[in-house]
Amino acid sequence: MPDTIPVDSVGLVTPQVAEFNEPLALACGQTLANYQLVYETYGQLNRDASNAVLICHALSGDHHAAGYHTMADRKPGWWDSAIGPGKPIDTNHFFVISLNNLGGCCGSTGPTSINPATGKVWGAKFPMVTVEDWVESQARLADRLGVQQFAAIIGGSLGGMQVLSWSIRYPQRLRAAAIIASAPKLSTQNIAFNEVARQSIRRDPDFFDGDYMDHDTIPTNGLGLARMLGHITYLSDDSMGNKFGRQMRHDQFQYHYDIEFEVESYLRYQGEAFTKRFDANTYMLMTKALDYFDPAADHDHDLAKALAPAQCDFLLVSFTTDWRFSPQRSEEIVNALVKAGKRVSYAKIEAVEGHDAFLFPIPRYMDALRGFLQRVSPVTQENSHA
Amino acid sequence: MRSDLEFINRWIQANIKVLDLGCGDGALLDHLMRHKQVTGYGLEIDAAGIQGCVEKGVPVLEQDLDQGLHNFDDQSFDLVVMAHALQQFRRPDLLLDEMLRVGKEAIITFPNFGHWRNRMHLGLHGRMPVSEFLPYNWYDTPNIHFCTFDDFRDLCHAKGIKIVKWAAVDGKLQDHWWTRLMPNLLSETAVFHVTR
Repeated sequence: MPDTIPVDSVGLVTPQVAEFNEPLALACGQTLANYQLVYETYGQLNRDASNAVLICHALSGDHHAAGYHTMADRKPGWWDSAIGPGKPIDTNHFFVISLNNLGGCCGSTGPTSINPATGKVWGAKFPMVTVEDWVESQARLADRLGVQQFAAIIGGSLGGMQVLSWSIRYPQRLRAAAIIASAPKLSTQNIAFNEVARQSIRRDPDFFDGDYMDHDTIPTNGLGLARMLGHITYLSDDSMGNKFGRQMRHDQFQYHYDIEFEVESYLRYQGEAFTKRFDANTYMLMTKALDYFDPAADHDHDLAKALAPAQCDFLLVSFTTDWRFSPQRSEEIVNALVKAGKRVSYAKIEAVEGHDAFLFPIPRYMDALRGFLQRVSPVTQENSHA
Repeated sequence: MRSDLEFINRWIQANIKVLDLGCGDGALLDHLMRHKQVTGYGLEIDAAGIQGCVEKGVPVLEQDLDQGLHNFDDQSFDLVVMAHALQQFRRPDLLLDEMLRVGKEAIITFPNFGHWRNRMHLGLHGRMPVSEFLPYNWYDTPNIHFCTFDDFRDLCHAKGIKIVKWAAVDGKLQDHWWTRLMPNLLSETAVFHVTR
């Protein structure tokens, strides 16, 4: 809980809701007749609407990227370290938009929403959504907010995939793309991890094929297990080792299956805490969106061809100990951009945090993001013309 | 701009595609992009250099050149530049091949180890040269493959690489008639413009 709001915080923020009644045709073939998106904004949109920045969230993220909802909040938004006055995504210069994606469970239409056609909770019947569907819905939100062209679109991990998709689908609508700890498509191993996560949810007897809300329950065990597995893959061997080593709960082995090592306790806590804030159907759906993403597939599996329409400046960032979205995966995007003749810069940041590093304010990473964004800030551009 | 970069700049045409190996903070590319409508990329491994490029808006890729240029297509650049870096790599000969694989031409500068002051240092003092220009000790130097003006020319001949143009310049990057007379002895920096 903050006693006072830090000076470099965006302060207290209130989520807003945008309702859409224009049907959205989804990649899976279904159509959403209407839907709502919950979002937050930080900073002020300038007169010619040229300073907007879109934040795309990852698997378990949401619209609350920065600031506090109330003075009682234990923690600020998930990317507060990067967004705020004077921070790399500087709200003194930029108008930042952060939304909860369609299919989410934090206020945007998703499996926990009411299906207007039946009057019942969507549950497992909520249609699968893809990265491309998200980009469509984000573009409509941008229209609604009067933003024709973003100064930058930024995202890490699954968020980076949305940024990549934006650059291809709406090349005129962004001047810069920052793609962090991401990949042009999931590797086999990544899909395999997602499948284990999904299976652990689906095999929970409380899952009821996704209609657990009808049974007034949630698949706590399955979702918790999925999160535990995911969490391991977001950390590096070293970061886990540094944090817990072989620290034990007791002085001696107890020779039982309850908690012996602190890392076990940590994972159980992480798993359990996650089930209190996240919906299992949303988790399933987000992992599928990850699996399906492959913009090169329609272009003879040539990513450079897929990227041909892109016009923005790109910044790619990877982290040395990230094995879930390793530097090689970012380099695949970099190489395709080079092949396609696009303006791209790439930094491989030394970090111990593994995939999670993209959420940490690692100085070199923050400097790169700041330097890159300053180039597209209308303020900087005006000054350089003066 | 560093004086050797200023010198190279004079040899580079407008409207071409350039790959700058070991581009530092991107000063050369920045100049070329703004004044000669050049496009391209810098490759760098030093964090401060990369940051400098990002701040200038010079496209830069973090890449270890000892791993080669495998991610670039054959003849995909008009020119590959490497200023004062060749001597820092494990296999300068292979890197030279790589440069002329991805680029139609290359411009390379390196400190000429055959310069008379280096020879004096080694010959009279019996010690590896340490100077203002080469401020490292033998054990901590990044310069692991020093060569002389003549060594490099021989390598080009052995590989069948054509030397389009060369310059033998002093510490201030001035081209003098006497350095041209005895480049291996009198030039501090060697500049070669080569092609296949």
